[in-house]
Amino acid sequence: MKHTIKNTLAVLLGSTLLLIAGCTQNNGSNGALGSDIAQRVYVAPGEHDEFYALVSGGFSGQLAVYGLPSGRLFRVIPVFSVDAEKAYGFNEETKAMLNTSYGFIPWGDSHHPDISQTNGELDGRWVFINENNTPRIARISLSTFETEEIIEIPNSAGNHSSSFVTENSEYVVAGTRFSVPVPQQDISIDEYKGKFKGAISFIGVDQETGHMDLSFQIMMPGFNYDLAHPGRGKSHGWMFFSTYNTEEANSLMEVNASQNDKDFIAAINWKKAEELIAAGEFDVMPANYAHNVYDESTHTATSTMKKEVRVIDPAKHPGLVYFLPTPKSPHGCDVDPTGEYIIGSGKLSAALTAHSFTNMLDAIENEKFDGDAYGIPILNYDDVVAGVVQQAGLGPLHTEFDGKGNAYTTFFISSEVVKWKVGTWEVLDRQPTYYSVGHLMIPGGNSRKPFGKYALAMNKITKDRYLPTGPELTQSAQLYDISGDKMELLLDFPTVGEPHYAAGIPADLIKPKQVKLYKLEDNNHPYVAKSEQETKVTRNGNEVHIYMTTIRSHFAPDNIEGIRVGDKVYFHVTNLEQDYDVPHGISMIGANTSELLIMPGQTETFVWEPKQIGVWPFYCTDFCSALHQEMQGYVRVSPKNSNVPLKWTLDGETR
Amino acid sequence: MKRSKLIMILGVLLLLPLFVLPLWNITLEAPQYPDAIGMDIHINKFEDAHPNDIKNINIMNHYVGMEDIPETIPEFGIFPKVIMIMVVLGLLAVLTGRKKLYLAWFIIMVVLGSIGMYDFYQWEYDYGHNLKENAAIKFTTPDGEPMAYQPPLIGSKMILNFKAISMPRGGAYLMFLGMGLSVVAFYRAKKEEESHEESHEENLVPA
Repeated sequence: MKHTIKNTLAVLLGSTLLLIAGCTQNNGSNGALGSDIAQRVYVAPGEHDEFYALVSGGFSGQLAVYGLPSGRLFRVIPVFSVDAEKAYGFNEETKAMLNTSYGFIPWGDSHHPDISQTNGELDGRWVFINENNTPRIARISLSTFETEEIIEIPNSAGNHSSSFVTENSEYVVAGTRFSVPVPQQDISIDEYKGKFKGAISFIGVDQETGHMDLSFQIMMPGFNYDLAHPGRGKSHGWMFFSTYNTEEANSLMEVNASQNDKDFIAAINWKKAEELIAAGEFDVMPANYAHNVYDESTHTATSTMKKEVRVIDPAKHPGLVYFLPTPKSPHGCDVDPTGEYIIGSGKLSAALTAHSFTNMLDAIENEKFDGDAYGIPILNYDDVVAGVVQQAGLGPLHTEFDGKGNAYTTFFISSEVVKWKVGTWEVLDRQPTYYSVGHLMIPGGNSRKPFGKYALAMNKITKDRYLPTGPELTQSAQLYDISGDKMELLLDFPTVGEPHYAAGIPADLIKPKQVKLYKLEDNNHPYVAKSEQETKVTRNGNEVHIYMTTIRSHFAPDNIEGIRVGDKVYFHVTNLEQDYDVPHGISMIGANTSELLIMPGQTETFVWEPKQIGVWPFYCTDFCSALHQEMQGYVRVSPKNSNVPLKWTLDGETR
Repeated sequence: MKRSKLIMILGVLLLLPLFVLPLWNITLEAPQYPDAIGMDIHINKFEDAHPNDIKNINIMNHYVGMEDIPETIPEFGIFPKVIMIMVVLGLLAVLTGRKKLYLAWFIIMVVLGSIGMYDFYQWEYDYGHNLKENAAIKFTTPDGEPMAYQPPLIGSKMILNFKAISMPRGGAYLMFLGMGLSVVAFYRAKKEEESHEESHEENLVPA
């Protein structure tokens, strides 16, 4: 009996051990699977991400810089909105960047970043981004990650179908979402049909400096121009724009602009437009728009008002524009890496339409037209369509490509990303998004050479995905691994503002070009002090200019007397440091502006208008060194008619 | 020309790269300087290892009261002359073809080098010990003495959070090689003389 019990116990013990071993094994493999995903987005301390993601800040007006696959935020580049942290729009040097024909505008709605290209491939020189509300295009240097230029777009309203660059960055395009009377006039809104126009702007880019110039506008019918993408490879020289509201409705648009079974993708032959411009076949229209350029050597922006624009009427010039009928208010208008297929995402439908560029050329050559709209030929849908991705999802918006023959489309209503095959139009995979995805980005995914490793989905709604923060929640991006047959969700991360679109690029194309500091000897700011010996204070009436320097860990001068109530005091501060990552900041008690954050070798200026007598401190706002807390100074303010002489010292001496 | 003379000429001429290549280098490594900062010491100047390094070394060192690395020092006027004189003397020794002069040249070089190293040590000592009275940060050693920041003469040592490394550079290595060649030339010349005497003796044997 005892023996039996012993045996039974042994068997039980043995099987328990086996069970435990089995469990351990199971746990082991589950754990390995879980940690595998974690490892794929884990970038160890001190390591660098593989890609930069430049993510639009939407209604924040800015552009955020993330690393992929980690989703870490590195920088928010101020573009269309003021940024007190970086003094953008607050210091004297950058105020001009936000000048427009409406005056200084402190906010913008940034939408679609696009990186410059050479031969249809990302080249990492600049990223362009459009402002929707007050139509503008900005150019940002990818060497300094600073906004270098902003150009306003006249005759435009709701600058949405931009800022997309052509294959060699010849042009950045800016199409108007809202049509308006051109030129503006006081007429009844009911006169929309026929009187309202949609301007499509082609902005030339200087290949050396990047400087932008509004080369010409094509004055299109009064539809809404939603998105665009350039032809590439065989279709280079063409630009494609999606349209909605071909009904030309002007009220209760959600219904009245959704009646036509098909709207159009407009195919614009910009090479032809160039010929027309060269031949003088254009009208010159009076205009008024701002062109703002930041000069890296003076560290200062200037704003110039431009007074003319060249306009081409497409009805008068056959061969310039054709309409490709596309179902149900197409939103995204995306061109595959070969340049053959133009994908229209009919946002009120369940299907995607792929037009063939070859078919389009053939239909044009054989004049297979199905009427015209305001003199612009409409091609026959059946003649140009190459295929339809049927029942792919609900509410398709945007498509990107992986360079391996696959396309990835976001579906807003059904909240998913769908992978499908270019050419066979079959759906290969689908993954949910959380929630209501808008744009999608694959690094280089709208170029000839995509880097098809990750796809970044940008969501409009997050609901329960993060810790709640009251009624206003973060917006979010989701990272998918697309290297295998099936997409895998790797990561959620919050974004700045609403991410409308993003541009991604391998870090190796950007990192070697980084500017680490500005050379002091190249500083041509009119109020620079290149050494402490050059510091001074000058008075001209009630205007006082302080030429000040910073270096660890003091200001020169740091004691200033002879300032009077009612003066306008300009602090021109030069950071004398010539070491990487040693900025200094400054602010003054009672200054009605932001701090300055001055990079090594840079000069920035803030204005202070003292209102009370007394002795008032200023200090370094960026923890610069071990003696940062000691980096401070005083300004003595005397009554308005005082005779206290101007005096500026450091350690009791005038430098 | 005799092989020994060629070797001696080569050895002497190996002093000339000192006018281009650095003699010595001091490098400072610290976690917050992922690209180490440093200074090359030439026979006639101090030079940034990377742009602005000397300026940044001075900024760091001023907290503990160290003087700036000077723009120039008297040695920069002397070193180039001494090197040129040694080149001339070396070539004169070759002209005479007297092997003992090769050895003499080597010994003078060793003496001058030693003086140079002693001078360098003196400068380093002064640089690391001569601290301003009003320094913002005054560190002391565990036994209460004011801390010194003297870089090592050769090799590496920790100074607070910095690892200071002091090593010869290209110009010095070529100079050492040149000095070595003068010794080789001496022995070679000796051999050549012996074999010459031997062949002389052989010639004395009647044919």
